[in-house]
Amino acid sequence: MTARTVKTNALGLEKTAYKGSESTLCNGCGHDSISAKIIDACWELGLDQRYIFKLSGIGCSSKTPAYFLGLSHSFNTVHGRMPSVATGATLANHSLICVGVSGDGDTGSIGFGQFKHMLRRNVPAVYIVENNGVYGLTKGQFSATADENQRQKYYGVNYFPPLDLCLEAIIADCTFVARSFSGDPQQCRELLKAALSHKGMALVDIISPCVTFNDTPESTKSYAYGKANNIELQQIEHIPPGLVIQRQEITIPDYAEGETIAVTMHDGSQILLKKTDNTHDPRDKQAAIRLLEQSKAEQKFITGLIYIAEPRPTLGELERIADTPLAELPDERLRPSREALAKVMADLG
Amino acid sequence: MCAVELTTDKRTEAGVLVNDFVIIAATVNGSGSQTANNTLVRALFKMGIPVNGKNLFPSNIYGLPTWYTIRLSKDGYVARRPDYHVLAAMNAKTQAEDIEKLASGGVCIYPEEWKLKQTRTDITYISVPVRDMVKESGASPALKDYVANMVYVGAMAELLGIDLAEIKNALTYFLKGKAKAVDLNYFLVEKAAAHVREHFADAPRNFRAERMTATQGKVMIEGNAAAALGAIFGGVSVAAWYPITPSTSMIDALMDYAKELRVEPDGKTTLAIVQAEDELAAAGMIIGAGWMGARSLTATAGPGISLMSEFSGLAYFAEVPCVIWDIQRMGPSTGLPTRTSQGDVLKTYYLSHGDTRHVVLLPADMRECFEFGWRAHDLADHLQTPIFVLSDLDLGMNLWMTDPFEYPDQPLDRGKVVSFEDLEKFGTWGRYKDVDGDGITYRSLPGQGPAYFARGTGHTEYATYSERPDDWTKNLDRLARKHDTARHLVPQPISQIADEATCAIIAYGSSDAAIIEARDMLKAAGITTSYHRLRALPLGEATHEFMGLYERIYVVENNYLGQMAQLLKMEYPAFADRIISVSHCDGLPLTARWITDSILEKEQK
Ligand SMILES: Cc1ncc(C[n+]2csc(CCOP(=O)(O)OP(=O)(O)O)c2C)c(N)n1
Ligand code: SF4
Ligand SMILES: [Mg+2]
Repeated sequence: MTARTVKTNALGLEKTAYKGSESTLCNGCGHDSISAKIIDACWELGLDQRYIFKLSGIGCSSKTPAYFLGLSHSFNTVHGRMPSVATGATLANHSLICVGVSGDGDTGSIGFGQFKHMLRRNVPAVYIVENNGVYGLTKGQFSATADENQRQKYYGVNYFPPLDLCLEAIIADCTFVARSFSGDPQQCRELLKAALSHKGMALVDIISPCVTFNDTPESTKSYAYGKANNIELQQIEHIPPGLVIQRQEITIPDYAEGETIAVTMHDGSQILLKKTDNTHDPRDKQAAIRLLEQSKAEQKFITGLIYIAEPRPTLGELERIADTPLAELPDERLRPSREALAKVMADLG
Repeated sequence: MCAVELTTDKRTEAGVLVNDFVIIAATVNGSGSQTANNTLVRALFKMGIPVNGKNLFPSNIYGLPTWYTIRLSKDGYVARRPDYHVLAAMNAKTQAEDIEKLASGGVCIYPEEWKLKQTRTDITYISVPVRDMVKESGASPALKDYVANMVYVGAMAELLGIDLAEIKNALTYFLKGKAKAVDLNYFLVEKAAAHVREHFADAPRNFRAERMTATQGKVMIEGNAAAALGAIFGGVSVAAWYPITPSTSMIDALMDYAKELRVEPDGKTTLAIVQAEDELAAAGMIIGAGWMGARSLTATAGPGISLMSEFSGLAYFAEVPCVIWDIQRMGPSTGLPTRTSQGDVLKTYYLSHGDTRHVVLLPADMRECFEFGWRAHDLADHLQTPIFVLSDLDLGMNLWMTDPFEYPDQPLDRGKVVSFEDLEKFGTWGRYKDVDGDGITYRSLPGQGPAYFARGTGHTEYATYSERPDDWTKNLDRLARKHDTARHLVPQPISQIADEATCAIIAYGSSDAAIIEARDMLKAAGITTSYHRLRALPLGEATHEFMGLYERIYVVENNYLGQMAQLLKMEYPAFADRIISVSHCDGLPLTARWITDSILEKEQK
């Protein structure tokens, strides 16, 4: 990690400039750590908050955009439907960075359809799931990512197998899929930076303990479990491109056990992946799927960059929308001329 | 039934009806009668005769019966008429009923190979050997059913005196000039015409299409195409939709016109159109786009409106501009997907939970479909709220003649927007702070102005979260003020005051065509009415004033509950006892006859 000792970033700003309002979440809530890492990531990348916007659904997790990047526009939408709002917003202005924050209930239950369609369309956004296995805001009901056979005092036993949001993303052809743990700030921050450098949709599923409703040691979404079981696929480090943003194809060098390899992202930054003691190759889709299936079967808690591929065209590119953001088009490019109307009328007559 | 005998039959002394009768083509859905019907309509239109075509089609792709009615009206009436005089019976399954309903003295054209028993003595039967003619035309098997319909076009041309040259021109227009297709179709037209000329020379020619000049300068278009054009000239740049009858053809038209009108020199588009996974997503997409500063729309029908409920409340409360077209069809539930109604008035006005109220535009004809099409986007930006436009299947999917559309008379109205520079000038800014007293506050666009936190939760003037009772009421008071501002900004109602009127009619939307005719019929029966046509919600002072003028006000609409009547009673309780609801819905557009009878019955009590 290139240690940044300076107090200001490339824009000459201190980190406090990237803060939001004070959090109103429970003390120790995993979501607050994620907010802090989003702040770190954006500050370190030297992103201009005016050109970022934040979207969320409804839930404790979805409240958090108020607590970071206070100078960015934000829209706290409705439960589970943030993906569609992101779709419209990014179509309207493709020059801005979209950061979407959601919960496991928001994404895995009520919003599951929209989530999958957002992936399928490759809407350019960093999509962060703050995954705690429960509905925090409505007081602890099981979510669709809760552990199978998990028992709760009030709601009894959850008999259903959990949805794996990373797996869902991979099979929907998302080209950046990562999992992290809010108790692992360093990995969290580096994955977020990498996600912010990715072109197209990037999913970062972050296990984020709910200290109030789902933090017993048996829960796979607890701090204790995460700390004891987290298996990091790689040590990851993101190196920003500096101020010069270049566009170039990603070139992923050959990847052999034990090496550190560098992946060049579309914004010119690099991610360095230092292998640990496993053999996962995140460029191999089948391997990524197997890895997730296996870790589920063996109840392993795997984190890191699970899958990365050459970016697909984004929705806006496929739609061939104008280079000038649609939201910034001047009137004369939006309203056809008087003569154009006359011609249409003549053709009808 | 009414005591006064009413008739629109104005026969000449020889018993001939000129340019004042109804044609109906009864066919099998999917058999491709559209070109035949459109050709007839366009040929009549080009002969200068006021004409209106209505397609009564089933919710089915192939096999169920479908009827297409064409009304000729030298007086320019374009509403549906319940009776018909000239029938093309092309559907063996429905022919018995179709013939039974044919007006006395009418003409029935049918395929000779049916060997029909001619049971009615008061009508003229014209048989044409459809099968043989199609065989002779050499049409490929795939085209046989399709071109068979040209036989009734030819037979009618001969019987009614429709100019064959106009038929050929119309065919050329619809077949986009493809000579081979035109020739094949026209071969059958001529064949059938010659057959009738030869074998039915003595049959009465009691219904005649004669040249007029009443359609000069006019064009024909469907409401959904007019709406799409309006939106394009309103600068819409993001459209999201989910297929549903009868709104789909609006998006189809939007796609077609976008290719023509909204492609940049580099081949890229200024209008993104996305087929969403459902109507919830479509609503979310246009709200995201509207919040970002683009002009956005969706088009849907009742079931989609129901699904958009939650998002509509968000757009209302977070104050996000967007436009939602509801091409109304019959509810409740899936209802009758291919039948018209005006049943979504209350639903859209109050769409979403809590104290939500929307702005709803009510176009009545093609020009208003176009005008409201662009104006809706100005209103959305100006008022920073979703704008609903209530069209319906009758307007949207049928061919109407109209004066050409007028180019928007004002530049795009983007409403109150603050930029980064403005903020430097003003120093402070509150997203929901009512500095002008009209309830409309200044918004800011991502990437273009100062940040704020948009939300559907309780908020202060500065867009921060608040659960304080005073913040809540203050915000709702301001939204009410904004709603009141909207009363003056929306298209105002149009009143036609008759000095001698003793009672009045209030109506809106596609019912207008039938009201115009019904008022003439009522007048002929001795009852003069004034007429107030609503063009938008919320209601305004003009409506209040109008209601003060009459003791009996008939509110005419095409739904079961009398929804606008209810709304008027609620808005103006002091006048509630003046309102008499005249509502009806059976899937068909209202007729002047039904309106006239209903009002007469009450007036003569
Ligand atoms: C349409 C709708 N249904 C239900 C709710 C109630 N609700 C609010 S948050 C929530 C669950 C949130 O869970 P999750 O997304 O996991 O977020 P967390 O609070 O756990 O961070 C529910 C069911 C709602 N706001 N809207
Ligand atoms: S309830 Fe759980 S998720 Fe919500 S703020 Fe508290 S700890 Fe976080
Ligand atoms: Mg949760």
